[in-house]
Amino acid sequence: MEVATQIKNTNLRRRSIKDKSVKILVVVLSLITISPIVLIIYELIAKGYRQLSLDFIIKTPPDTFEAMTALNNGEIIPGGIVNGITGTLIMVIMASIIAIPVGVVTGIYLYENPGKTLANITRNISDILQGIPSIVLGLIAYIWIVKPITNGYSALAGSVSLAIMMLPMIIRSTEETLKMIPQSIKEAALALGVPYYKVILKVLIPTGFSGLLTGILLGISRILGETAPLMLTALGSSMINLDITKPTSAVPLMIWEFYNDPNMVDLIWSSSLLLMIMVLGLNLVSKRIAARTK
Amino acid sequence: MTKMSENTVNIKDPVLSIRNLSVSYEKGRYAVKDVSVDIKRNAVTAIMGPSGCGKSTLLRAINRMHELYENIETEGKLILNGKDITDMPTIQLRRMAGMVFQRPNPFPTMSIYDNVIAGYKLNGMRLKRKERDDIVERSLRDVTLWEEVKDSLHKKGTFLSGGQQQRLCIARALAFDPEVILLDEPTSALDPVATAKVEDLLVKLKEQYSIIMVTHNMAQAARISDYSMFMYLGELVEYDKTKNMFTKPRDRRTEEYLTGKFG
Repeated sequence: MEVATQIKNTNLRRRSIKDKSVKILVVVLSLITISPIVLIIYELIAKGYRQLSLDFIIKTPPDTFEAMTALNNGEIIPGGIVNGITGTLIMVIMASIIAIPVGVVTGIYLYENPGKTLANITRNISDILQGIPSIVLGLIAYIWIVKPITNGYSALAGSVSLAIMMLPMIIRSTEETLKMIPQSIKEAALALGVPYYKVILKVLIPTGFSGLLTGILLGISRILGETAPLMLTALGSSMINLDITKPTSAVPLMIWEFYNDPNMVDLIWSSSLLLMIMVLGLNLVSKRIAARTK
Repeated sequence: MTKMSENTVNIKDPVLSIRNLSVSYEKGRYAVKDVSVDIKRNAVTAIMGPSGCGKSTLLRAINRMHELYENIETEGKLILNGKDITDMPTIQLRRMAGMVFQRPNPFPTMSIYDNVIAGYKLNGMRLKRKERDDIVERSLRDVTLWEEVKDSLHKKGTFLSGGQQQRLCIARALAFDPEVILLDEPTSALDPVATAKVEDLLVKLKEQYSIIMVTHNMAQAARISDYSMFMYLGELVEYDKTKNMFTKPRDRRTEEYLTGKFG
């Protein structure tokens, strides 16, 4: 009997040591996982906060000479990235106007016809689309829009390339959201004699609204930071441009431009910080919406 | 067909007449096979039978909800209150035949109030505020939910308990003032107390409405139904007053089912 208890005790001790070490390991690994995001935010704030001011979001960037003078005098580089902010807003809004209706309707179609060949093909193509490198989408928009339609780099071309990027995300999230709605809700509406299209518009979409919105916001936050396709389509502009057929800047494009100009390198930190704030903000909002309706 | 006529109880002025109804999901595989039956007005009629015997399909054929499935083929005739329903617009038919499902399914985005008048709202029928209020109050009183929810009509329907939700769903069906109410195992997802409430309610409702109810629960059929159908493999085996069927079933299969030999 005593021996048995002894064996039991040693086993227990060994087990509790094992248990503790695994627990510590898990904590350490989690810390390693979150450290990049903490470091990124720390670096951006440390290097960029000085530039962040009202001027930064309402003024156009300085020219190289102004920036150089300011640098030499040890002053903060004057000017801001308002042209990039307006350009990003215009292009993201236009991309959303193109991608959201098409994506939501396609998602509804996939949900309604799960087994149909055309739906399967569409679903696969949408998945493939998600994997296409963004620079290729830029090239495509260049061939479709820049050359034949706007006869030069334009916000429209940029929007089209961004819309194509957004599309698969919206299609997927629409389909997945609708799938989560219990069949019984749909039956309840049909049993009241509601025609099919009204069941979709007035019951399924409102019921899954938060899911749809989350998908759309995540899609937007994904294209907010896209740079490669915009280089081939929107190109960039040093002034505010509201004409969608003309070259337009965007925040990520400006970061790239600042990087290439030794006098303006300081501006990349504040620009990146601003972009991060926009993306994180959208992510938080979509998380909030998703959590509230669960 | 002699067997059929033996089953058919003599019912005068039936609310619903089903004549030679067959429903198949694929060619040659019948879910409901040549069912003819008359349903009594202002009574509770129970449809019993083991799983897969076609009782739900029969119920759904009455408001043509079964047409949702693909490749469905329906033969035969259904006469609801003197009207052939085969080519009736579904909105009109489903106003006459309200349906309540196994699981309570109030619309999660709508308030209790909106859930009750959802049939009007979703179909785009405009009502005056007074009319709307009246319909909501009458329907909720009919399901004995009014006193419980009258102060929280604008809360979401999903905040209610399961039994309350199911009564709300019955109220939603009653809002159209239907001829028949079709219930597909309405208490199978409820606890015993809520079940008892719904059963009492159905007995009360038969004064105004005709009720057809699919049930798995024989005791429930015995408690509240006036007439019972027993279905097996898509066929209507026996149809009789519930009291007769439970005391002296005519068919051996009915007897075996009722005594728990299968099902």
